[in-house]
Amino acid sequence: MAPKLPPRLPPQHPLEQAGEAAGPAGHAEAGYHHGPKGLLRWLLTTNHKEIGTLYLIFSLSMFFIGGIFALVVRAELFQPGLQLVQPEFFNQMTTMHGLIMVFGAVMPGFVGLANWMIPLQIGAPDMALPRLNNFSFWLLPVAFTLLLSTLLMPGGGPNFGWTFYAPLSTTYSPPSTTFFILSLHMAGISSILGAINIIATILNLRAPGMRMMDMPLFVWTWLITAFLLIAVMPVLAGVITMMLLDINFGTSFFNAAGGGDPVMFQHIFWFFGHPEVYIMILPAFGIVSAIIPTFARKRLFGYASMVYATSSIAILSFLVWAHHMFAVGLPLVAELFFMYTTMLIAVPTGVKVFNWIATLFQGSISFETPMLFALAFVVLFSIGGFSGLMLAIAPADFQYHDTYFVVAHFHYVLVPGAVFAIMAAVYYWLPKWTGHYPNERLGRWHFWTSVVGVNLTFFPMHFSGLAGMPRRIPDYALQFADFNMASSIGALLFGTSQLLFVWMIIKCVRGGEKAPAKAWDGAEDLEWTVPSPAPLHTFETPPRFQHQEH
Amino acid sequence: MTGVQRTVTRTLVVLLAMFVFAFALVPLYDAFCRVTGINGKVENTAQALIRDSIDESRVITVQFITRGSAGLPWKLEVLNRQVRVHPGAATEVHFAFTNHGKEAGWGRAVPSVSPSEASLYMRKVTCFCFQEQRLDAGERYEAPLVFQLTRDLPDDIQTVTLVYTLYPVDDKTLAAKALANEARIIAVPRIAVPGGEA
Repeated sequence: MAPKLPPRLPPQHPLEQAGEAAGPAGHAEAGYHHGPKGLLRWLLTTNHKEIGTLYLIFSLSMFFIGGIFALVVRAELFQPGLQLVQPEFFNQMTTMHGLIMVFGAVMPGFVGLANWMIPLQIGAPDMALPRLNNFSFWLLPVAFTLLLSTLLMPGGGPNFGWTFYAPLSTTYSPPSTTFFILSLHMAGISSILGAINIIATILNLRAPGMRMMDMPLFVWTWLITAFLLIAVMPVLAGVITMMLLDINFGTSFFNAAGGGDPVMFQHIFWFFGHPEVYIMILPAFGIVSAIIPTFARKRLFGYASMVYATSSIAILSFLVWAHHMFAVGLPLVAELFFMYTTMLIAVPTGVKVFNWIATLFQGSISFETPMLFALAFVVLFSIGGFSGLMLAIAPADFQYHDTYFVVAHFHYVLVPGAVFAIMAAVYYWLPKWTGHYPNERLGRWHFWTSVVGVNLTFFPMHFSGLAGMPRRIPDYALQFADFNMASSIGALLFGTSQLLFVWMIIKCVRGGEKAPAKAWDGAEDLEWTVPSPAPLHTFETPPRFQHQEH
Repeated sequence: MTGVQRTVTRTLVVLLAMFVFAFALVPLYDAFCRVTGINGKVENTAQALIRDSIDESRVITVQFITRGSAGLPWKLEVLNRQVRVHPGAATEVHFAFTNHGKEAGWGRAVPSVSPSEASLYMRKVTCFCFQEQRLDAGERYEAPLVFQLTRDLPDDIQTVTLVYTLYPVDDKTLAAKALANEARIIAVPRIAVPGGEA
C-alpha cells in the first residue's frame, strides 16, 4: 500500500480559532510538512498521524502473516492424519500464529489507533513525546523481522506455544529461542514506550476545559490499558530474562533439577498474561462505546459506569491469573479464590454490555459498516465471555483444560472481539483519515463474509473441545473430523475475505465519496471538528472544550 | 519540571518497580510455598527427628514413585514401594541407583510430595536426595531414606506419595557446587552390593 496518508490540504482551523495565529509562524499552515521527503520522511517522522498510519499498516501486514500461519494450521487439520506439514513445523506455526497476532497485529493495531485518535479526541497538537513515538514504532519491524527469521534458523523457530511454558521453552527449546527472547524484549520495550507516551499525552495535553470525566471512552480505555502495560510488560521482560539466564547462563529459575520450579514460570507468565488479554480488549470497548452512540444517535448510556467498569476490570485482572492453571495442582483454597475472582469480572463486563444495549434502546439506528462490526462485537464478544465463565468454573475446567474449547473461547474474544473492533474503528475513522467514505457495498461484503467465516471457524471448536480434542496437535481422532473440516472451510473464508478489507482501504485512500468534517451525523467528539481528511497538523491552538453532561 | 516530565518520571519509577517485582517474585514464591507447603517441596537438608510419642491410632500409607529422566541412562528403584506408618514413627526405606550407561556421570533425585499440604509434615532425617550422586558405568548402589511424618499431620490425609525424579547434573552446576560440596559428597556412605549390575 502506498503511504498516502494523510494528504495535505489547505489550512483549516477547528472551531472558532481559524482567524487566530496558531503557534510559530512556520506552523500556521496546518498541512505544512518540514523534514525529509520520500522514505526518510517515514523513517524520521514524529507526526502522530503518520506514526499512527505506520502502526496500522504494520499491524495489517502482521495480521496477514499471522493469518497465513493460521491457514497452514487449518489446512493440516482439514482432515485427520498428517497431510501437509510435519508436526515440528506445525508446532512452529501455532506458536508463531499466536505470537504474531498478539504482539504484532492486535497490540500495534490499537497503538496505531491511539496515535491517530487520542490527540484528535482530546484536542492536543500531537503526542507528548513525538520522537519517542517514532522510536517505539521502528522497534517493531526490527523485532518481528528477527522473530520471523527464526523460522529459517537451524532447529526452526519457537515451537512451544505462544505461552512459552518452561521447561519446554528452556531445556527443550530450539537454539533460536534466544532470538525469540530478544525480539520479545524489543516488542515489549516498544509497548512500554508507547504506553508512557499515551499516559503523558492524556494526562497533560487535554484541551483546556476537558476534565478526566469528559474524555471520550476510547481515551479512557486507552489510559487504563496504558497503565496495565506499564504494570505488566516489565514482568514479561523479567520472565523472559529468567528464561535467557536458564538457557545460556546455567541458572535454575525454572529447572527442577537445579531446585527451580516450572510451575513458577506459569505463575509469573500469567501474572503478565492475564492483564495482557485485557490490554487487547479494553481499547476495543472504547471503540465500540464511540461507534454505538454515533449510529444510535443517542448519547452513550452510563458514561461514568463505563469508566468505573473498565477500571474494575483492570484491577481485577491482577487477581485472576491462576485460572489459567487450574490443572497444575493448586490447593483447593487457591482454586476457589481464582474461580470466584474470575467470575466477579463478569459483573463489570456485564455492566458494559448492558450499557451498550441501553444505548441502542429507542435509538434511531442506522447500519453503516462500522456499526455492523460494532454490533457483531457486542454479540460475539458476549459469546466469548460466556464460554469464559464456563472455563472459570474450576471443577469443570479440568475437562476443558487445553482443549479446543479454550481455543474457541479466546478466539471468540479476540477475533470477533478485538479484531472486529479494530476493523470497526478503521471503517469509522477512515473518512477522517482519507477524506473519503469507505465503500459501503464492499464494507458489507467484507462484514458478512467475515461474520460467517468467524463463526464457521470457531463455533464448531466448542463442540470438538467439549468432546475432548486437545489443542496444539497436528493430528486427531476420527470423530473430530467433521468439526475440523467445518473450521478449516470457515478459516479459508475468513482469511480470503480480509482481501476485501485491503481492497476497501486502498479504494478509500484513492478516492470515493467525499466526507465532511463531521462524517457521521451522530458523531460528537472533537475529532469531528477538524476537516476530513485531517490535516497533518491539527489543534496547534487548543480548542475550547464545551463541557457536556454525560 | 513540566507536567509531561513529571508524568514520565512517575511512570518510569513504576516501570522499574515492576521489573524488580518480577524478580522478587522468585524468592517470594519460594517463601510462600515453604510457609504454606503448596508446591509439594520438602526441605533440602537433613532435619532432626522429633522425639515424640507415636500416634498408633492412625496408619498412613506412604507410597514411593521413581521416575527417570531424559539424558541420563540411570535407573532409580525403590525397594519398598509402599509402607504403612504411624505418625511420629521414623521409617527407613531403601532405594537403588543403577547406571546403565557406558560412562560415569552425575545425577540427582529431586523429591516432590503429594498431596502438597503433606510436605509440611514430612521430615527427612537421611536422604540421598540432599546431594548429587556420582555413579561409574554399570555401578549400582543402595541408599537409604529415613523419614518421619509428624503427629500433627491433618486427619484427612491418609495417603502420602513421594515422587523422586532423576535429573542429570550438568557440568556448569557441578563446577559451581562440586568444590564447595566435595567433602560432603564423598562422606556419603556407599553400600557396595555384591553381584550388582556390572
